[in-house]
Amino acid sequence: MPELTYREALNRAMDEEMARDEKVFLIGEEVGEYDGAYKVSRGLLAKYGPKRVRDTPISELGFTGLGVGAAIVGLRPVVEWMTHNFALLAVDQVMNNAAKLRQMSGGQISVPIVFRGPNGPAEFLAAQHSQSLGGFWMHVPGLKVVAPATPSDAYGLLKSAIRDDNPVVMLEAELMYPWKGEVSEQEFLVPIGKARIAREGEDVTLITYSKPIRMVEEAAERLAEKGVRAEVIDLRSLRPLDEETVVNSVRKTGRCVVIDEAWPMASPGVTVAQLVNSRCFDVLDAPVELVSGEDVPMPYNHTLELAAQPSVEKVIAAVGRVLYREDL
Amino acid sequence: MKTELAQYRKEELLRILTIMQTIRAFEEKAGMMYGLRKIGGFCHLYTGQEAVAAGAISSLDLSKDYVVTAYRDHGHAIACGMDPKKAMAELFGKVTGCSHGKGGSMHLFDLEHHFLGGNGIVGAQIPVAAGVAFAQQYQGTGGVTVCFFGDGAFHQGSVHETFNLAKIWNLPIVFIIENNQWGMGTNWKKVSAVDDFSATAGAYGMKGYSCDGLDVLEVRATIEKVVSEARLGRPSVVEARTYRYKGHSMSDPQKYRTREEIDEYRKRDAIQSFVAKLTGEKILSEEEWKDMIQRISAQIEEAVAFAEESPEPALSELYTDIYA
Repeated sequence: MPELTYREALNRAMDEEMARDEKVFLIGEEVGEYDGAYKVSRGLLAKYGPKRVRDTPISELGFTGLGVGAAIVGLRPVVEWMTHNFALLAVDQVMNNAAKLRQMSGGQISVPIVFRGPNGPAEFLAAQHSQSLGGFWMHVPGLKVVAPATPSDAYGLLKSAIRDDNPVVMLEAELMYPWKGEVSEQEFLVPIGKARIAREGEDVTLITYSKPIRMVEEAAERLAEKGVRAEVIDLRSLRPLDEETVVNSVRKTGRCVVIDEAWPMASPGVTVAQLVNSRCFDVLDAPVELVSGEDVPMPYNHTLELAAQPSVEKVIAAVGRVLYREDL
Repeated sequence: MKTELAQYRKEELLRILTIMQTIRAFEEKAGMMYGLRKIGGFCHLYTGQEAVAAGAISSLDLSKDYVVTAYRDHGHAIACGMDPKKAMAELFGKVTGCSHGKGGSMHLFDLEHHFLGGNGIVGAQIPVAAGVAFAQQYQGTGGVTVCFFGDGAFHQGSVHETFNLAKIWNLPIVFIIENNQWGMGTNWKKVSAVDDFSATAGAYGMKGYSCDGLDVLEVRATIEKVVSEARLGRPSVVEARTYRYKGHSMSDPQKYRTREEIDEYRKRDAIQSFVAKLTGEKILSEEEWKDMIQRISAQIEEAVAFAEESPEPALSELYTDIYA
């Protein structure tokens, strides 16, 4: 299978969907002439023209809401946010309009729209540009939220998101765009709402989503060297959440560590931990551990910045706690 | 006056009057029903402003044009052709309401009649309206979107972001500012840097127009003109100066304004003035007007009976209509 970067996989998904369906268009800051702030839309303006690849003013509330309006009368907008941090200016349009217009209209209206862009900490970007905001979207009924962690899932989930008749928020990450992975040349979709077992194991379940996956896989590798067989679950979708895959794994291992780079309060991580507590309480051999981002705005200094995030060492320490092993 | 009326066929003039009177009768009944606790929550009545919705929306071709508004939405819904039964049932929270009782007063929607709500966040509908216009342009439908908002909403960032987007892409949209002079309990002059909202259109390269929002034919003529401009890709802004007779919502004691102010505006009542014009020109007889009032009153009574008799949504409806 050919290797693509995460960025190329997203680009291929948008390219194919735009070729397939005239109603699909891309809108956002720098998506056209600049080829995307992170080059995700490279070449699309040249191929599809300015009608379908629309550069916007720096006006997140405006163009996000405009996307919602275009969606309710039949188009399929892909709204690129330069980052989810900037999408905070548009939260009203996502939370109050995209997520609710269908319900408030008694099902008369549907809102087939994708909001996508990088989320979570990158490097040296300081507090306003290093936030993991998936929980904001995950909180809201009416939205779907996907967080692919591999190029293959980025491709398949974006295609599913574009074809979905509901608003879908997609969490990407600046540092993931150059990640490489195999992506089938054959067209395929990845269903929204299905987690992926990234590594099978019997002793402990490690649950994460998005960028921390590689760090968690490295932790699993190091644990294997010490004889601990960790199962790694990549959630892929935060809403709907694939409860069965999570529950089945923890029912097998009896121990669970959730890894989430978001802050610990009211986060995706605590939601997953609560799910495991309520549905697996009878089989748990230890309390569920949460390895989250530290409860601080992200500092610029790199040492502090790394200390504020989950790490291989923090994951291994948490696994040690759920296994009651001080030697890990 | 004569030439103004002469532009329109009698049927059209009576259609406009019917819309106005239907809104008036609906709102007066809604106010009563609120008092009887048949309707709960926030209920923003449109009484006094009828000429704006009726004048503007009657000029549209709703086979391709769309209307988007805020939470004072009963009038716009009715002007678009929503059955008052469905509107009243929605206010009553019944399953037969236009939104299955899930939207209520602030969230009337009627996709079939191209009425897209019904938005409860001040200014949130404005970029959405631009998106509808974007889709009309994208698909070459020839349609125009008319976006209503109030003097209060004017100060939201969404207005200014959307004005800019509308102009840079020459969207087929008309922004109608219904200046009813009171943003909840705050007089518009106290919070506006300009004393003419339409003047701000120029800052975004659009044309701005003002019209007397109590004169239905002036509204109609103005909107006809700007809608035909919008069809050619020239968006514009219209300020219609109007007045609401009732409080901001039903729970408003209105201590911020005087009885005299309301009475002054009632003397210029849009419906009464229009009826006086029509009867003066012998387009409408006293008898016909009385008949119309009676017919509409019966229709609104029917709407109330329909709402009363309609069932509540089943509990199983709680989880429906959320995802497509």
